[in-house]
Amino acid sequence: MSKKQVVTATINGREETFLCEPRQTLLEVLRDVLRMTGTKEGCSNGNCGACTVMLNGRPVDSCLVLAVECENAELETVEGLAAGDQLTPVQNAFLEGAALQCGVCTPGFLVSATALLRENPEPTEHDVRWYLAGNLCRCTGYDKIVRAVLDAAERRRNAETV
Amino acid sequence: MRVAVQSSIQQRHRPKMRDFDYAAPATLQEAVTLFSRHNGAARALAGGTDLIDHVRTGRVTPDVVIDVKRIPELNRLEITPDGLRLGAAVPCWRIYESAEIRESYPALVDACSIIGGIQIQSRASVGGNLCNSGPAADTIPALIAHSAVCVIVGPEGEREVPVEQFCTGPGRNVLQPGEILVEMKLPAPPPRSGSHYRRFIPRNEMDIAVVGVGAAVTLDESGTSLVCGRIAVGAVAPTPLDAVDASNLLAGAPVDDETFQKAAAAARAIAVPIDDMRGTRDYRVHLTGVLTERVLREAVSRAQQAAGA
Repeated sequence: MSKKQVVTATINGREETFLCEPRQTLLEVLRDVLRMTGTKEGCSNGNCGACTVMLNGRPVDSCLVLAVECENAELETVEGLAAGDQLTPVQNAFLEGAALQCGVCTPGFLVSATALLRENPEPTEHDVRWYLAGNLCRCTGYDKIVRAVLDAAERRRNAETV
Repeated sequence: MRVAVQSSIQQRHRPKMRDFDYAAPATLQEAVTLFSRHNGAARALAGGTDLIDHVRTGRVTPDVVIDVKRIPELNRLEITPDGLRLGAAVPCWRIYESAEIRESYPALVDACSIIGGIQIQSRASVGGNLCNSGPAADTIPALIAHSAVCVIVGPEGEREVPVEQFCTGPGRNVLQPGEILVEMKLPAPPPRSGSHYRRFIPRNEMDIAVVGVGAAVTLDESGTSLVCGRIAVGAVAPTPLDAVDASNLLAGAPVDDETFQKAAAAARAIAVPIDDMRGTRDYRVHLTGVLTERVLREAVSRAQQAAGA
């Protein structure tokens, strides 16, 4: 078996060092090594976006990243969005707009929507649908999700933080 | 206790990927040495959006995965007086976020903007798209339309291959064991040029091209005739095709419907597609003509805007 490697990365603002095999994906290491189970496994082939995390400020499918690639990387997962009990506007909008049912796709949607609003604070409905095309939902339906993201954009403009 | 839970989760739900070693060379020389040493058993990792899935499904079985993203030459993204130097590992988002590239190489930007979703575009590279050599790869018709040249380095040194000669079959290309694609060089477009890439898919996004067409055109000073143009089509043959006859029809031709229709007919004539779940042979041949006309119209419109600017 290939030797395990030591990887140091910043995860949600904290420096973490972990051991992993080269063949382990970032998703596996987050869930099984670091026990950060907020990030979900869906398709494991880059179609569904359930495992979306931010890698150096960009949303990526963590099932398509090797953990060994993350040496010195800045990672942000769904666990890093809220500040303690203080939910972000995106999270509040999803909760209040009932933009989730089973919730498996939700962490991915929250991370992607957060990335969108950081890049484009005033998206149109088309912008939202386009940006979230890499996140699939099989039960809520996209309308509530899209409306929640548009609502979150407005909440952010009305001075809620992040 | 925790360890026991962990292993049962892995055994039940997630069979482990094939074991491989990982290397992340910092120089091109080091990478060439590694690829040569492993003589075909190593695979290059750029964005990993195809490779990691292919390893997981057993479609490729590398002993070593060589991460090429730390090599400066493969991360280069520069516009020089001669044109664009596009490092093979540069991800899609860096291309479409560059205002200069959007202005001069819009067909390439079109292709990079529709590959996968945002998560894929954060990682997937044009060089990786080219090296996977899929017949429906979106960036390849755009690269052909922009007359890109591939720079390849291997144990014997450096060589250049025009992009239309790079792919040799589905998933196959001219790279020899030990060789790596370093960059693509795209010449600077002349004044009054425009380009476009468009594909047909039954969804709005996140799909594989049923047919894809890329074209680049240059107009004369009056804006009513074409000086030259280049058309390429994807997903209608074992490799993306350089539509030479269709392109030749554009040189000196007036900008009118007849020109676009003639070029579309010539592009249709070289399409030799397969029947599959995405479309029948006849449907793909028909689409080749429809898309060629539309893509040419948009490329000309962009050239007119460039001329007016």
